[in-house]
Amino acid sequence: MHTIIKPRHGLAQLNLAEVWQARELLGFLAWRDITVRYKQTSIGVLWAFIRPFLTMVIFTVVFGRIAKLPSDHVPYAVLTFTALLPWQFFSTAFADAANAVVGNGYMITKIYFPRLILPLASIAVGIVDFLVSFVILIFMMIGYRMTPTLRMLALPLFFALCLVFTIGLGLWTASLYVKYRDMRHLIPFVTQFGMFVSPVAFSSSIVPAKWRFLYSLNPMVAVIDGFRWSLLGTTRLYLPSIIAGTVMSVVLVVTGVYYFKQTERVFADVM
Amino acid sequence: MSDVIIAEGVGKTYRLGEQTTAYNLMRERIVQAFKAPFAARPRAAEQFWALKDVSFTVGSAEVVGLIGKNGAGKSTLLKILSRITEPAEGRIDLHGKVSSLLEVGIGFHPELSGRENVYLNGAILGMSRREIRRKFDEIVDFAEIAKFLDTPVKRYSSGMYVRLAFAVAAHLEPDILIVDEVLAVGDSAFQQKCLGKMRDIRSEGRTVIVVSHNMSTVSALCQRVIWLSDGRVKAAGDAQAIIRQYLSEGVENDFVWTPRHGILSAFEYHSVSVESGDPSGPGEGFAANAPIDVVFDFSIHDKFPPGRIEMRLLTDAGDLLLTSTSADPTGQLNHEWKRGRQQFRCRIPADFLMPGRYFVTITEPYGAYDIPRENVLAFSVTEEGSLAARDQRGGKIAPLLQWALTDAGTDIPPRK
Repeated sequence: MHTIIKPRHGLAQLNLAEVWQARELLGFLAWRDITVRYKQTSIGVLWAFIRPFLTMVIFTVVFGRIAKLPSDHVPYAVLTFTALLPWQFFSTAFADAANAVVGNGYMITKIYFPRLILPLASIAVGIVDFLVSFVILIFMMIGYRMTPTLRMLALPLFFALCLVFTIGLGLWTASLYVKYRDMRHLIPFVTQFGMFVSPVAFSSSIVPAKWRFLYSLNPMVAVIDGFRWSLLGTTRLYLPSIIAGTVMSVVLVVTGVYYFKQTERVFADVM
Repeated sequence: MSDVIIAEGVGKTYRLGEQTTAYNLMRERIVQAFKAPFAARPRAAEQFWALKDVSFTVGSAEVVGLIGKNGAGKSTLLKILSRITEPAEGRIDLHGKVSSLLEVGIGFHPELSGRENVYLNGAILGMSRREIRRKFDEIVDFAEIAKFLDTPVKRYSSGMYVRLAFAVAAHLEPDILIVDEVLAVGDSAFQQKCLGKMRDIRSEGRTVIVVSHNMSTVSALCQRVIWLSDGRVKAAGDAQAIIRQYLSEGVENDFVWTPRHGILSAFEYHSVSVESGDPSGPGEGFAANAPIDVVFDFSIHDKFPPGRIEMRLLTDAGDLLLTSTSADPTGQLNHEWKRGRQQFRCRIPADFLMPGRYFVTITEPYGAYDIPRENVLAFSVTEEGSLAARDQRGGKIAPLLQWALTDAGTDIPPRK
C-alpha cells in the first residue's frame, strides 16, 4: 500500500473507492446513532412508531377536519401519512447529515477516515427510520382495506429520488456549516418551512395550475406526488415536476459531492 | 533496509488570527460582496509557517522519536502524517498501512457498553469487523475489564476507560504507527504494559513514529530522533546524542511566556512567568532555599463558567512531579471567576525542589475544556543553599519536613 500526501490543487479527486472500502465504518456509525438514541428511553424503539403516528393524527385533524382540505377521495390520514413517510425521512436525514461534520468535529481533528462517511451514516440512520414508518403504513392500508396496485413497484424509484435530493442538500449544508456557523439557524428553517411549501399536509392538486411548474422546482413535490401516485393511485403524475425534481436533485448531489471533497481538506484546520 | 516514510520539503501555513474568529460569519462575506463586488478576496490575513522545509526519511522497522518544544510543529507534522490535515507544500510518501493514534478512545460513546465501544472504536481506527472479532478476547484480556464488558462505559473508572481504549489501539496491525503521547495514560503498571507493547510492535518489524515530551520514554524506545524547532528540523540522528543535546541547549531558561495567538475566548492570558524570592535574581538559576512563584497574569472578559488554572511541574526527564490548581485553596475542583484583569501567584515553597531543571505546563481554561500549554516555562534550581545537595540526598523532592519531638515525661534512671 502506497500513500502519497501532498497539497491538492484544482478540482478535487473524488476517490469514491475509498468511501466504499470504509462502508463497515459507515455501518458502525449508523448503528451507534440508532442504538444511542433509544438506549436511555424507557419505551425505546416504540418512539420510531409514535412520532410519525402522532404527526399524522394532528395533520388529519387540523387540515382534514378543521380546514377541510380535499383529500382526493382517500382517508385524510392515509393521504398525509404517505407524504409524511418521505418528508420525515428528508427532514431528519437532511438535518442530521448537515450536522454530521460539525457534530463529529472532535473525530475529524484526531483521526483520518473518508469524511463523506459522516453525512452518509446520518442518512443511513434515516433509511432505517423510514423502513420502520413504512410498517405503520402497511398496517394503515390493511386497516382501511386498501389494495396496492402494480404502481407500487415504482415506489423505490421515488424513494431513490428523495435519497439523492437529501444527500445533495445534506452534503452542501454539511460543508458550508463547517465554515459558516449561520447554518445552525438555517437548517431548522429548511425542515420547518419546507414542510409547508411541500404538499405534506395537503394534496398538490390545490396548487393553481399556473404556479404548478414553479412549485415543482422543489424536488420534494415530485417525491411526495410520486409516493401518493404509487401507493394510493389517486394523484395524477405531473411529468414536468418529475423531470424538474430529478434534474435539481442530480445537479445538487454531483455539485454537493465535489464541494464536500473540495472543502474537506480544511475541515480539521477550521474546526 | 528500505525507507518507508520519505518526506520532502513539507510545509504548512496557518493564517494568523484565524483562531480569533474560529469561523466566518456569512454576513461578513455577503456585506463584503455588496461593498466591493469585484474585490478578489477579503484582505489576506498574515500567514505563519507552522512547518517549513521539513525533510526526513524513516526506514522500515525503525522507531523514531519526534521531539521539540511546544509550538515547534510536532503536532502539525503528526497531523499531516496522519492525513488529518493537508500540507501547503511538499510531499510525503508512505509505504504500507498507516495507523495513527493521536488520542485513544476516539468515538467512544458513554452510553454504549465496553463490548460495543470496542467494535466502534476498532472500526474508526480502520479495523474490519472480522479483524476485531478475531482479536476481541485478546483486547479484553489486555484491558483487564472482562467483568464489565456489558456495562456502559460511562460507569467505568477513568483507569478502566483508558485501559480499554488503549487495548483496542494496541491491537492494530499497521506497517507504520504514528503515536502521540498516548503512553502517558493510566497507572504506572499499565504504562509499563504499554511500553512493553510498543517494544513488541518494534520487534514485529513495524515502523513507529512517536511524539513525546518524556525524554526517558523517548530514549527507552527510539533509536533515532527528529528534533523540530520553529517548524524546521533542527537535528536528526542517534537518539541518545540528540536527547542530550536537546536537554542541554535546546531548551533554555524560559522565565516568561506570552501567548502567540490572539484571544481564544473570554479567558485571556497576558503572561505567565516564574519569579524567585532569591534577591540575587535568576542568573544561573534559583536558589533552593528561596521560594519560587509562578505568576499567572490574565483577564476575564466575559461571563465564564467555573473552572481553574492548572500548573504541572515536570522534571527535565519529562516526568510529572506535581500538579496544583488555582482551586486548591478552596478545597474544591473548580472556582468562580470574576471579570477584569487579575493575577494568580502560585508559590512553590523554599527548600522543596531538588537542584535540577524544571518545566512548567499550564492550562488555559476554554469553556468546558482546558487547553494544555506544554513546557511554557523552564527554570533551574541551583545547589546553592540546598541542604539536600550538601547532604547528597536521593529522592525526587527535597522538602524540609517537620520533625516534632515530644517528651514522654518519664525519667529514665541512669544506667549503672
